[in-house]
Amino acid sequence: MSAPLAKLPKWVDYGLIPLLNLTAALLVSGLVVLLIGENPLEAVYWLVQGSLGYGEGIGFTLYYTTNFIFTGLAVAVAAHAGLFNIGGEGQAYFAGLGVAMACLALDHYVPWWLTFPFALLGGALFGAAWATIPAYLQAKRGSHIVITTIMFNFIASAVMAYLLVNILKQPGSMQPESRTFLEGGRLPFIHEVLEWVGIKIEHSPLNLSFLVALAACMLVWALIWRTRLGYAIRTMGTNPNAAIYAGMNVSRLTLITMMISGALAGMLALNEVMGTQHRLLLDFTAGYGFVGIAVALMGRSHPVGIIMASLLFGMLYQGGAELAFEMPKITRDMIISIQGLVILFAGAMEHMFRPALIRLFVRMPATAGAV
Amino acid sequence: MDSEHSASVGSPAPRSGKEEKSDHPAIQLIGIEKRFGDVYANRNIDLTVKKGSIHGIIGENGAGKSTLMSILYGFYHADGGQIYVNGKLEQISDSQKAIAIGIGMVHQHFMLVDNFTVLENIVLGVEGGRTLAGGMNRARKELQRLADEYALDIDPDALIEDLPVGLQQRVEILKALYRGADVLILDEPTGVLTPAEADHLFRILEQLRDQGKTILLITHKLREIMAITDEVSVMRRGEMVASVQTAQSSVEELAELMVGRHVLLQVEKEAATPGKEILKVENLTVTDKRGVTLVDDVSFSVRAGEIVGIAGVSGNGQSELMEAIAGMIRASSGKVLLNGEPIGVTQKADAQQLRHKGMAHVPEDRHRTGLVTKFPATENMILGYQDLEKYGSGLFLDLGAILNETQSYMDDFDVRPPDPNLKVANFSGGNQQKLVLAREMERDPDILLVGQPTRGVDIGAIEFIHKRLIQLRDAGKAILLVSVELDEVRSLSDRILVMFAGKVVGERDSAASEGELGLMMAGINQQEEQKQGEPS
Repeated sequence: MSAPLAKLPKWVDYGLIPLLNLTAALLVSGLVVLLIGENPLEAVYWLVQGSLGYGEGIGFTLYYTTNFIFTGLAVAVAAHAGLFNIGGEGQAYFAGLGVAMACLALDHYVPWWLTFPFALLGGALFGAAWATIPAYLQAKRGSHIVITTIMFNFIASAVMAYLLVNILKQPGSMQPESRTFLEGGRLPFIHEVLEWVGIKIEHSPLNLSFLVALAACMLVWALIWRTRLGYAIRTMGTNPNAAIYAGMNVSRLTLITMMISGALAGMLALNEVMGTQHRLLLDFTAGYGFVGIAVALMGRSHPVGIIMASLLFGMLYQGGAELAFEMPKITRDMIISIQGLVILFAGAMEHMFRPALIRLFVRMPATAGAV
Repeated sequence: MDSEHSASVGSPAPRSGKEEKSDHPAIQLIGIEKRFGDVYANRNIDLTVKKGSIHGIIGENGAGKSTLMSILYGFYHADGGQIYVNGKLEQISDSQKAIAIGIGMVHQHFMLVDNFTVLENIVLGVEGGRTLAGGMNRARKELQRLADEYALDIDPDALIEDLPVGLQQRVEILKALYRGADVLILDEPTGVLTPAEADHLFRILEQLRDQGKTILLITHKLREIMAITDEVSVMRRGEMVASVQTAQSSVEELAELMVGRHVLLQVEKEAATPGKEILKVENLTVTDKRGVTLVDDVSFSVRAGEIVGIAGVSGNGQSELMEAIAGMIRASSGKVLLNGEPIGVTQKADAQQLRHKGMAHVPEDRHRTGLVTKFPATENMILGYQDLEKYGSGLFLDLGAILNETQSYMDDFDVRPPDPNLKVANFSGGNQQKLVLAREMERDPDILLVGQPTRGVDIGAIEFIHKRLIQLRDAGKAILLVSVELDEVRSLSDRILVMFAGKVVGERDSAASEGELGLMMAGINQQEEQKQGEPS
């Protein structure tokens, strides 16, 4: 006897609604900019110009996008299983250790493309391992995964600080960071790759892990919608009772899903440690893990949505930095509040425009007539 | 079929009531409309309820009864139409307002705080004053007065959780009366009651009517309507199709009005020819986390070609018995054999393995357990069977194969609309149930466990489902049926087990009378007592 859920055309659901939400967020942000006495249109100009207006800017935007794709996918995979993994930050941080160990061990002896699979594996394994413990505690002991994953962020932070200060730091250095990898431990930048084939573009931290991110999107899509495992994951996430009824092993599924999620978060370390910084350093995750939650929310846990949302957040990060530089009255904190508004409108209030749109568009499939 | 019932309620003659007391009807609805999207839940509904009468509202699931009552009680707002209460036009904006103008509701699922006392539950929300003590004393007196006036005895200091369901319902009724209700709406009030408790409820309702209260009874059970109401209104597909004097109508006529065509109320079947034993349950005991015994030392067997029905009031261990056999929960002791092989019921047997071995299971609650309503029909059609080889190779699912099979299952079970890609939530209750039944029955199981096969299903689909179950039996399959609808158990089963408080209190054949089974459902087994009585 409940109101049947109205179904909107796909382009409205996945195109128009996010666009409206984004517009609303930008309008409110514009008011904030007005309030401090700056011209909102100028702010928008610098935001877009800074992120997409020139080669280096685009490179930076896509480099940030890479991070958000990985952490967004990590949150999305877990979300499909009904698990809220907010430990992406810690999983990525710990994965840095796996990537760095592979690079430190191999960079003297082999070229980057031989180090690469080991670093990839190292990052995935360490990220997965860090997610496995909370997953085990939830599956076997009933400790809630939201609590444990957030706690494990702190533990990862402490463990990594200890390792960097006491073990990985170079003798005689004051910096809590590992030594810089040699060529054999560095993922080539995209501008380097294109130079090999004779195309010159501006330099930026954008590196090959961007392609890894796109591949990960494909894999996650196939996993969730085309495999038996994905079917089981979605069933558990949508109706856990039905999963038990169907004879699915819910604790095993919890473990497997969280391992996949942790491994995806771990790929962030590939971009940061092997691709950009070429060393393991303190707090290289810089909050990307948390932004992944917003990205997954906004992208509706679908890889295509996640790419779009990541691009948006990439633009906000890069364009925002430029904006803060060009219009000094708009500080870094202002940029963060604009990001906050985007999350608010696109995530928390994503259904705000829905009822109105339903009234506008819907020709509902009449609920199947009673027999 | 309702002879025993109406007999115990009393003769229907003195149903005059006090309707001449006032000119205005208690409730008058004119042209009520309510739409959800493009679908009319209520369309141009007119309804007049006389003061001091018991008025039944009957209709299939989805006919719009609950929506109409929700409008009357202020949960929903009508898109159009007027509501007159005692001749006065009212805007019922929320349930507070409904209570203020004297409309009370007894919900299907009780809205009580289990670890509060009766008195505390009754004053909840109308404590009256900043401190409890004064209000409580006044409330206690008022409750006593109500209890005396309507013969609704109850211990005001008893905890709700210690009371049997029938008394909990009485608390709900007292709650409404305490708030000054003149019109009582009861939504499917007998779903959780034994036949005897239901009879008792009916006597209370008659008493209330004779004291001048007006009662609106929503139900899908025809014989309750016949037993208790003065007038009955029939709803079909959101419209009010008839309002008749109960005494001048019949079960057959009402059923036809509800469905819109002639229906067979009795299942036609021949005598069973049981074959070899398929399922054997030995001393099965299930305890929950708190150590409460839910299934208590239950033994029985089901043979090929027969339907064994388990009757009982909801919550007497039937659900847990089914879930333990199906491998969904772990039994604490006992044994279950499927085709002679033990299935490890104490270690929580693998539900999927059991399916592959020929045990299919239609769960009691299709929304909570049997379906993933957000998934399309295709993905629901492989639930529990997703690892079968025909649905894909290795890691990947073969979507084409799943689509084809879903299509053919839907054709076979006449699921409408026959769109395999439609989200299950968009099918009607009857069609959803058909999807579950198709999934479990088309796999040609040796034994089918089926719980509440027709709960929330319209009459037309009930007829179809019953027929398919009998067909499956006649094809030589074993069926274990659990249902709280005694009629259903009686008409389908070849043997009937009655469960009470986790135990099987007795076994009867399908010829057992409703009265006898009703007593057993309350834990009284006359045959056993006679046997025990004889030697002494």
